[in-house]
Amino acid sequence: MAVSSEVGTPPARASFWNDPRIRAIIFQILILGGIILFGIYIVNNTLVNMESRGISSGFDFMGRTAGFDIGMTLIPYDEASSYGRAFFVSLLNTLLVSAIGIFFATILGFIVGIARLSNNWLVSKLAEVYIEIIRNIPLLLQIFFWYFAVLRALPSPRQSFELADTFFLNLRGLFVPKPIFEAGFSAILISFLIGLVAVVFIARWAKRRREATGQQFHTVYVSIGILVGLPFLAGLVTGFPLSWDYPALKGFNFQGGMTLIPELVALTIALSVYTASFIAEVVRSGIQAVSHGQTEAAGSLGLRPGPTLRLVIIPQALRVIIPPLTNQYLNLTKNSSLAAAIAYPDLVLVFAGTALMQTGQAVEIIAITMAVYLTISLVISAIMNWYNKKMALVER
Amino acid sequence: MQYKMLVAAAALAVGFALPASSATIDDVKAKGHVQCGVSQGLPGFSNPDQAGNWTGIDVDVCRAVAAAVFGDANKVKFTPLSAKERFTALQSGEVDVLSRNTTWTLTRDTALGLDFVGVNFYDGQGFMIRKDMGIDSATKLDGASVCVNIGTTTELNMADYFRANNMKYEPVVFEKADEVVAAYDAGRCDVYTTDRSGLAAQRVKLKDPSAHFVLPETISKEPLGPVVRHGDNQWGDVVRWSLITMIEAEEMGLNSGNVDDMRKTATNPAVKRVLGTEGDMGKVLGLGNDWSYNIIKQVGNYGEVYAKHVGPNTPIGLARGPNELWTNGGLMYPMPVR
Repeated sequence: MAVSSEVGTPPARASFWNDPRIRAIIFQILILGGIILFGIYIVNNTLVNMESRGISSGFDFMGRTAGFDIGMTLIPYDEASSYGRAFFVSLLNTLLVSAIGIFFATILGFIVGIARLSNNWLVSKLAEVYIEIIRNIPLLLQIFFWYFAVLRALPSPRQSFELADTFFLNLRGLFVPKPIFEAGFSAILISFLIGLVAVVFIARWAKRRREATGQQFHTVYVSIGILVGLPFLAGLVTGFPLSWDYPALKGFNFQGGMTLIPELVALTIALSVYTASFIAEVVRSGIQAVSHGQTEAAGSLGLRPGPTLRLVIIPQALRVIIPPLTNQYLNLTKNSSLAAAIAYPDLVLVFAGTALMQTGQAVEIIAITMAVYLTISLVISAIMNWYNKKMALVER
Repeated sequence: MQYKMLVAAAALAVGFALPASSATIDDVKAKGHVQCGVSQGLPGFSNPDQAGNWTGIDVDVCRAVAAAVFGDANKVKFTPLSAKERFTALQSGEVDVLSRNTTWTLTRDTALGLDFVGVNFYDGQGFMIRKDMGIDSATKLDGASVCVNIGTTTELNMADYFRANNMKYEPVVFEKADEVVAAYDAGRCDVYTTDRSGLAAQRVKLKDPSAHFVLPETISKEPLGPVVRHGDNQWGDVVRWSLITMIEAEEMGLNSGNVDDMRKTATNPAVKRVLGTEGDMGKVLGLGNDWSYNIIKQVGNYGEVYAKHVGPNTPIGLARGPNELWTNGGLMYPMPVR
């Protein structure tokens, strides 16, 4: 009161209904309430309609026996397992192809993106042609192309390509020996972990020493030595308790060993190649966003082109690259759901496909599937945001 | 997470939430055609011909329903559905009747909120394999890769069969029937499994059909028939009796060629009831009394339809077998129209 009397008479207070702030709040409440009511109406209506048609609902089915088989499983699974187990099997398959896809797409994307900026005319044009062709063809067609290209080019199991009677390649997949860990193998594993911890400390120590004294330390060679040497020593002591299960042609197919199915290969190639073309453009734009003066400055300090790119340009470009790169990672993960077209047993094919069909519980299963993709995407986003913050802090 | 799932479910639920009135027959009459769910192309059952018209014994069930309701077998529109989509399409009201080589099972009849109204083809699951594999029995399929269509009873039967016989196999599961055939043809699988009629029909699509044959074992019962939504009994009756009329007509010797003459000359009261010249069979179904006449005249009896689409003189070349009339030792037994 004292303050306002100094300024003068307070402005006439607007009536309750004409106060813009209160109005804004009222409208927001009305709209939010409307949306919530609409949501309740839809959910309720669905439940009533499903009830009246006798369509079963609820999540009890997750514990029931699935009764179908899955072509590729990372965890033990058979026909007698539950729908919940089938869900995890298919989820792991989705995560696997996404992770491998992101890995290769990133590497290929960075190579092509940098090649696109090369002074070499041929390299630059090749990269440009790659980008323009790949990113302008629908992904589904590319998946079909790779799948049938992979299938058509490979021989039947009986005429497999083989390498030293150990590795076999045919149109059923790539068959490799499977390691079997016997008693005592944990010693090798533990020594490797000890080596890993040691390497981390050495790297930190080397960095501190370099910053303090300027002396270099051959961290890489020492690390490799420790990581290989320690487990090798442990192996010598325990007598290498590891044997291999070799694949062998029995009846129709190769039995034993590990199999890389052609569906996984085709999907990984298609996703990586496709996403890499977008990542390449992201990388190119990121690098071009760094002022050319930086390159000239590095050159005048005597840095060669390689170290200039590695130490000066890319660290600055990364800040521009990471946000759109996150989008590409999310796209790749979501695009992996196209696996259903070529029989790769991912979440959409197995869970939102077979399981949905056999239980008929479309609403629950699609809701779970959507929630899973949402969660995966949010996790990737969170990781990339964290990395982005970390990179942004480097700038002083 | 609970909240997000609710939102997602709500979005999906819009399909279910649309008011689907309980009287399908009124909806059908109001829009002027029957919306019929069929396969994406299974020769003999539901397949578009060169002119783009749908043909097949499943298609003719829908045409019979249209003939019964509208007196015009062409007042029907077709929605091609994959095995995975078919039940959701029917549940959500996208189609009025699903006539898509669909096996009648307990779960589908109950938990999916559907009603099977009859059987228009008795089938069983079989295995197709290359002749040069030198396999003569399904019991020797241990370790085989098997191509199969998603969302089918086939997928489960196969798992049961291999488990019961203590054999291992690698399932390769595709969403579309054409993709299954293409993968089998490319050699991705040793074996292709589906209903025996489907194997006969799809074999036509292979590069060299004569290099493949169907193993003798039939590992399951597959009664295929039209499906409607649960809870609309009047519509279910219309579809059920349209199908029965086709079979009854064959038993009585009525076909599309002689039905006009028979309508004038028939004296047998049972035949007259089927032709609508005696009794009020149409009225109790909520249809005109010439409903059954229209079916026989425009679509034909079951035997005609069978011979035209899947019989021995077609590329599919399936003998009647269990689909013969009961009077000839088969399973086709029409309920009496009276």
